[in-house]
Amino acid sequence: MKPRQKRLVFVAAGVVGIGIAATLVLFAFQQNMMFFFSPSQVAAKEAPVAKAFRLGGMVKEGSMQRVADGLTVAFTVTDNAEEVTVMYTGILPDLFKEGQGVVAQGKLDGAGVFIADEVLAKHDETYMPPEVAKALEQGKAAAAMQNVNQTTVIP
Amino acid sequence: MSINWFKYSSPASFYPLAGSMIPWFTAAAVLFGLVGLYVSFFVAPLADWQQGQSYKIMFIHVPAAWMSMFIYVVMAFWAIVGMIFKTRLSFMMGSALAPTGAIFAFLGLWTGALWGKPTWGTYWVWDARLTSQLILFFLYIGYIALASAIEDPRRADRATGLLAIVGVVNVPIIYFSVKWWSTLHQGSSINFNPAGADQRALSMTDSMFVAMLLMTFCFWCYTIAVALYRVRCEMVEREKNNDWVQDLVKSGDA
Repeated sequence: MKPRQKRLVFVAAGVVGIGIAATLVLFAFQQNMMFFFSPSQVAAKEAPVAKAFRLGGMVKEGSMQRVADGLTVAFTVTDNAEEVTVMYTGILPDLFKEGQGVVAQGKLDGAGVFIADEVLAKHDETYMPPEVAKALEQGKAAAAMQNVNQTTVIP
Repeated sequence: MSINWFKYSSPASFYPLAGSMIPWFTAAAVLFGLVGLYVSFFVAPLADWQQGQSYKIMFIHVPAAWMSMFIYVVMAFWAIVGMIFKTRLSFMMGSALAPTGAIFAFLGLWTGALWGKPTWGTYWVWDARLTSQLILFFLYIGYIALASAIEDPRRADRATGLLAIVGVVNVPIIYFSVKWWSTLHQGSSINFNPAGADQRALSMTDSMFVAMLLMTFCFWCYTIAVALYRVRCEMVEREKNNDWVQDLVKSGDA
């Protein structure tokens, strides 16, 4: 082998070695790399008990309620399988909405209610002008209507 | 027609070539930048359905973050070429790219912080995407520090080359972090192989994508122009005792 080829093999072996090492490290830290726990993980008791953690999911449609003091809100976080009720006192981010993503930091109390001390909005990667979003919404509603009509027509 | 690439691995013949390419890439960067900013501000939708007008920072944020990752891959490539072929110009290219990479990594983090506050409600979180991008920024700083800490250029080249090759594993981690782990940062809007019917190849309006591409080309041309400019300085400085630099100084072209 020419010295140049020897060096090529050496560098290639080095790169492969580093790649394998990095992969192993990432697999070992898999749990720690997760930014939040889902409601299913909370239900499966995978989330820490009596210790602060982050809970992530969707705010369930129609679940948001203001408590009488006017500052505290209660809402349900869902991953379409399990649900966790969250209580939060403070200012919500502008993007916080029912049906949208959310990440809350806090602790579970004895009754299984998540007491949050920070609530962040998690938005998805879809970007479009508001008119298009509205049109899509209407299109979806129309399609749903049609489905309903169809099912009623069929005896 | 075959080009003898090794000819241009010699600083003496690359110096004039680099010099003649700089104005072209500068002009292209200005042109792409002007058109890109025009499309960003006036052609792309005024507001996003969720985020309102704050989404517009995307046109700087995404190209800057892409460039910061891409430049590191190019640096690792030059380090590998330099180690195998023992071409001193390769390492000079690497160190000429590092400051621009650091700037783009910082720009990505900074614009991200400014974007995060109005949308997520926070400037910073320690999720996988943000943390790995911060590591990339530190890798650039480490590279620059290492290059200037070692007096002997050949030893410095070996050390920085090694850092570039080892650090490049971080780039796929940044890119796939939003896929592999749960993060606050949203997923990628451009999917090269969309899986499932609910995933589209491009989840943004076409004019937004065009603006983002134009800004990317602008950053790309800017990077090439400043890297060539910097590598010319580096060549003259490192080879000041060689004949070609002496001739250059005498002819007054340096």
